[in-house]
Amino acid sequence: MIKKFDKKDEDRSDKTFDALWKSNLIFLLTQSRIFNETPINPRRCLHILTKIIYLLNQGEHFGTTEATEAFFAMTRLFQSNDQTLRRMCYLTIKEMANISEDVIIVTSSLTKDMTGKEDVYRGPAIRALCRITDTTMLQAIERYMKQAIVDKVPSVSSSALVSSLHMVKMSYDVVKRWVNEAQEAASSDNIMVQYHALGLLYHLRKNDRLAVTKMLNKFTKSGLKSPFAYCMLIRIASKLLDETEGGHDSPLFDFIESCLRNKNEMVVYEAASAIVHMPNCTARELAPAVSGHNMLIYYLTALRYAAVRTLNKVAMKHPSAVTACNLDLENLITDSNRSIATLAITTLLKTGSESSVDRLMKQISSFVSEISDEFKVVVVQAISALCQKYPRKHSVMMNFLSNMLRDDGGFEYKRAIVDCIIGIIEENPESKETGLAHLCEFIEDCEHTVLATKILHLLGKEGPRTPQPSKYIRFIFNRVVLESEAVRAAAVSALAKFGAQNDDLLPSVLVLMQRCMMDSDDEVRDRATFYMNVLQQKQKALNAAYIFNGLSVSVPGLEKSLHQYTLEPSERPFDLKSVPLASAPITEQKTELAPVASSKIPEKLAPSRQDIYQEQLASITEFQGLGPLFKSSEPVQLTEAETEYVVRCIKHTFAGHMVFQFDCTNTLNDQLLQKVRWEERPCGVHSWNTV
Amino acid sequence: MDSTSLEPSLYTVKAVFILDNDGNRLLSKYYDPELYPSMKEQKNFERNVFNKTHKADNEISLLEGLTIVYKSSIDLFFYVVGSVQENELMLMSVLNCLFESLSHILRKNVERKCLLDNMEGVFLVVDEIIDGGVILESDPQQVLQKVNYRLMSEPAYGFVLLDYITGNLEAQTDRSQLL
Repeated sequence: MIKKFDKKDEDRSDKTFDALWKSNLIFLLTQSRIFNETPINPRRCLHILTKIIYLLNQGEHFGTTEATEAFFAMTRLFQSNDQTLRRMCYLTIKEMANISEDVIIVTSSLTKDMTGKEDVYRGPAIRALCRITDTTMLQAIERYMKQAIVDKVPSVSSSALVSSLHMVKMSYDVVKRWVNEAQEAASSDNIMVQYHALGLLYHLRKNDRLAVTKMLNKFTKSGLKSPFAYCMLIRIASKLLDETEGGHDSPLFDFIESCLRNKNEMVVYEAASAIVHMPNCTARELAPAVSGHNMLIYYLTALRYAAVRTLNKVAMKHPSAVTACNLDLENLITDSNRSIATLAITTLLKTGSESSVDRLMKQISSFVSEISDEFKVVVVQAISALCQKYPRKHSVMMNFLSNMLRDDGGFEYKRAIVDCIIGIIEENPESKETGLAHLCEFIEDCEHTVLATKILHLLGKEGPRTPQPSKYIRFIFNRVVLESEAVRAAAVSALAKFGAQNDDLLPSVLVLMQRCMMDSDDEVRDRATFYMNVLQQKQKALNAAYIFNGLSVSVPGLEKSLHQYTLEPSERPFDLKSVPLASAPITEQKTELAPVASSKIPEKLAPSRQDIYQEQLASITEFQGLGPLFKSSEPVQLTEAETEYVVRCIKHTFAGHMVFQFDCTNTLNDQLLQKVRWEERPCGVHSWNTV
Repeated sequence: MDSTSLEPSLYTVKAVFILDNDGNRLLSKYYDPELYPSMKEQKNFERNVFNKTHKADNEISLLEGLTIVYKSSIDLFFYVVGSVQENELMLMSVLNCLFESLSHILRKNVERKCLLDNMEGVFLVVDEIIDGGVILESDPQQVLQKVNYRLMSEPAYGFVLLDYITGNLEAQTDRSQLL
């Protein structure tokens, strides 16, 4: 009997329990009138505050007036001496600081707590106060903050230091005055206070390299105890080494290396990672770092993960350094954490020999379906690198890649595979037929337009040269019938290339083109008609010009010239030769073997330098009449690099004029260059007119 | 996994959250204002993370360009999020400190109901470990000393039932007063 009751109780109390937590904020606010009762009931008030914070965290919204009312009501709670209640008040102040108005009325209560006798209140009070402080108020409490930073109680000191750090963004000048106090705090025994003080000092001084160097020297010698502080020091040291391009005989490097022998594994790992990341590391320097990582493999999952990740990075640049760890890495392939297993395999792929490739590939295929998309991309990139190293293994890899293509996966993943296959095809003529066959199969069922068009373009380029081009035509024409406009247009272009190169296929291609001319989309019809006409002429030269070779001029340059042309009425037809040739554009950096972050920042193709100059010059009215820019030279240094100001010259050549661009850069921080004048002394040989 | 190293900074933690068995949020704090600023994005992120991590009990993962260390206990999941270049062991120490402190407060009973009963203790613990993305304390003993929290014991079930039957909702908020 009793047991039955208990079970029902549990269910019921669970439901009411949930109902309580789901009660809405308005109801809570009516309850907050309880705050006005005397004497204050700590338990009930605590409960209400907790629910308020919980519901805010869940995403419930407070209107500003209600929030302000609740806030005012809450200030009465400072009269109670219940510790937990007071702490929750601080927390509520922090949570509601952004939504209620007039939060500064609690300032005096907080200041009282901050300087009061109860140590347990002081730290949290400081943090709450600094959360609601603005610049003017900050100056008023400056004295208290300075005292708090050097206070003997570690929690007070830590809270003050961390709050000061948060306020650096708001008023750097005020916080900068507390540097001496922070310096004193850094010699504290408490490991967290050391860490916070060091962090604050670095943030305050990071623009002054000399000060940072001095600070670093002092702390590396004095021997801190805090592992967190050590990690921070290692990062500062490696940043300095990076900036000053210091060599490996610098004392900073010695410090980092000495950290490899620290007792705490967090520090060891940080040091090893820092060394591995240094750009000019030789294998000899890496050896201790790598063996440090090797040892970490036997520890917990997180350590294994961290170690394997770093070894993976090392293997990219110095594969020979990592071969020592191969045995241990093989053990990790069967690790239950899939991320670790993936990283282990990709590292082995980089460092393994040709005979082990087959074995490794079999192992990967068994778990590739379980890992996340980002790691799948990592695996594909590793395979791609492997294909370049061992071209004879291309059939194994191609098989593997085509299986992966058939599986589910996101766009980045499929794109990586397609790129890899295209890479293999380009490098390895033997693999072309199989590769193209796999890609054809892929586009039959591909939802990504970008990939389909890319593959169609490739088919158009490579297909005609294969022994049996006709088998590709079926695939391509199916695309014309079945897919979206962009893909149809690409398919038409690909068909045209077949027709242009293979005379025996030309009649069939022409028939297909005829059908394309009836398409519903403008672009497809235009292309079909255009190609039909070119192909019907049956002239090699025409085919070459219009079907094979793409646009050789830069697109922004073309746009500019066309614009210029439309502005000036002229009888002459537009001359494509007046457009400057495309200089090699700065292509996007190849994303390294890295999981691609969810793309919030789209990758942009940087416009070429010439186009940038063209834009800049066009914006100056005096130069608009000069016509299109023909070529810009590289910048030439006219002065030495160490002088007070540095002058560089860039020569821009126009059709009938030359423009000299002088970039004058001031290297002194506290001087302003004004009234820059330029004198020219012509050599007298050419008859130049200065405009 | 970029080759650029991290700018030295005290801001190491980007977010911390606790989810229940169904992936619902019990507590979450985001310290990086650029990371998922809206509530919708946050909940989306939590859902994605939950889906990828609750099946396998591995401690660490890399998702959406962030390093996530996590731990589960009975019916709760604890996550600490940092940037990809962050020292994973540092994030682990935060997670461990959080878990140990909560274990102690909840008297080893780290499960959903007990957590919700003592939500104020949980809020205070998280507040003592991380402040605005900076690791404030990493030793669970220190955290417990500062929070100094007494566990809310369970009331006898009979009282709760009585209140429910008599419709006395008001008194239920004072569960602890009935002790």
